[in-house]
Amino acid sequence: MKLPIFLDNHSTTPMDPRVLDTMLPYFVEKFGNAASRNHAFGWAAEEAVEQARKQIAKLIKADPKEIVFTSGATESDNLAIKGVLEMYKEKGDHIITSSTEHRAVLDTVKSLEGKGKAVVTYLPVDKFGMVNPEDVRKAITDKTILISIMLANNEIGTINPVKEIGKIAKEKGILFHCDATQGVGKIPVDVQDMGIDLMSFTSHKMYGPKGVGALYVRKKNPRVRIAAQMDGGGHERGMRSGTLPVPLIVGFGKACELCEQEMAKDTARLIAMRDRLEASIMKALEESYLNGHPTNRLPGNLNISFAYVEGESLLMGMKDIALSSGSACTSATLEPSYVLRALGVGTELAHSSIRFGLGRFNTDDEIDYTIKKVIEIVTKLREMSPLYEMAKEGVDLKSVQWAAH
Amino acid sequence: MAYSDKVVDHFNNPRNMGSFKKDEEGVGTGMVGAPECGDVMKLQIKVQNDTIVDAKFKTFGCGSAIASSSLATEWLKGKTIDEAQKIKNTDIVQELNLPPVKIHCSVLAEDAIKAALADYQKKADGALIDAK
Repeated sequence: MKLPIFLDNHSTTPMDPRVLDTMLPYFVEKFGNAASRNHAFGWAAEEAVEQARKQIAKLIKADPKEIVFTSGATESDNLAIKGVLEMYKEKGDHIITSSTEHRAVLDTVKSLEGKGKAVVTYLPVDKFGMVNPEDVRKAITDKTILISIMLANNEIGTINPVKEIGKIAKEKGILFHCDATQGVGKIPVDVQDMGIDLMSFTSHKMYGPKGVGALYVRKKNPRVRIAAQMDGGGHERGMRSGTLPVPLIVGFGKACELCEQEMAKDTARLIAMRDRLEASIMKALEESYLNGHPTNRLPGNLNISFAYVEGESLLMGMKDIALSSGSACTSATLEPSYVLRALGVGTELAHSSIRFGLGRFNTDDEIDYTIKKVIEIVTKLREMSPLYEMAKEGVDLKSVQWAAH
Repeated sequence: MAYSDKVVDHFNNPRNMGSFKKDEEGVGTGMVGAPECGDVMKLQIKVQNDTIVDAKFKTFGCGSAIASSSLATEWLKGKTIDEAQKIKNTDIVQELNLPPVKIHCSVLAEDAIKAALADYQKKADGALIDAK
């Protein structure tokens, strides 16, 4: 077993070596511009791009023509939301989203809201982090033009009832955008069955290269139109100008093909490892709380709060395991995780959370090592924690008058 | 974010971690911070003849908060009450090479020192009044 161990597969995934092999010829030998229509270099590049487009579309049950390449999910989210708002502004300006979306969605709608271009409803989630489809229905007004709800959450892994939301959107004739960044490649996604009109996803979360993503844009029933957010050569059916990064797209296509072929196998392995990690930790450490949905969540996700210890210190104590925390000290904003707060997790437990993100290349040995390390460090830090000491003495921590700073 | 070697050292080998009984003679206890803010420090001193003969801490917080309180106990030992009053958060920042986002950890440690000293003074004054 090699250290450090990578257990942060929600942030990014290592590239599958088989993906790299398919990409290599497209750097030096087949370097053509896919938009060059008049020579063999261009044709070779175009053929490779179209092949990848097919592989990607197949994974999500779409038509290859419905795939628009972007630089990644953040760009896809921006393009979908801003593109729809601009294109359909005559119809209305109301957007429905949820409070636990990724910041690529939340900051986009907030920026539009701030400029007076959109009115936004932020739906709450239940204690497991799920959006209630009926809340979506109730939030719809005659000005609503877009519903944007994520497939699976990046912190807690909870999977939303996307199909039900898609049905309501269709019923009301409102476009449905789904940020499926964490879900595509990990769980079955079918844009037809789920009633999705626009969907963002990215290559590097599914063992493909960084720097390329896609926006699925429905072509019929209804035919969705979006206003381009980048002016230029009119690539990608006018929706996203810019020369296509052929090697990245080829890798993205291969990554999708592998995910499709190996999803059942990967899922079974990941669930077995994740469940073992969860059960062993929970059994050994009292007052450990699972965040997110107990069953309806991504196969590789585990998010636990360890009462009385702070997340950043936990990470520091496990330097040879790459993990992430909802603690304020680990965030750029110095605020504890807004996702956990939206679930109703107390601020102190949000500070104490650790996200384990398992992926295709993790092994049983690594999970054993992680279990041992987590138990060791939580125990050590609890011995060091005045809160643990007080709780053990029977002090109700909620009744204490803390000097907040 | 990379931690300084000194922070890592205090985190891995905390000095004087533990507790005194609060009602023990000569013990002053300071507890500052709040769980919602992500850090709580408990700092205790044991005083004999106006000199801090021992100090202990327990901290809930990030590595820098743990290191700041660990360092504080090291510095407190052997100091008189007056000398201890003079420990400044900026001294801790300098010693541990704390980055700007972690300065509040040193402020908390200074607050904890002040609170422990005040608690000791209060108890000592009370004992004096009782004696009279």
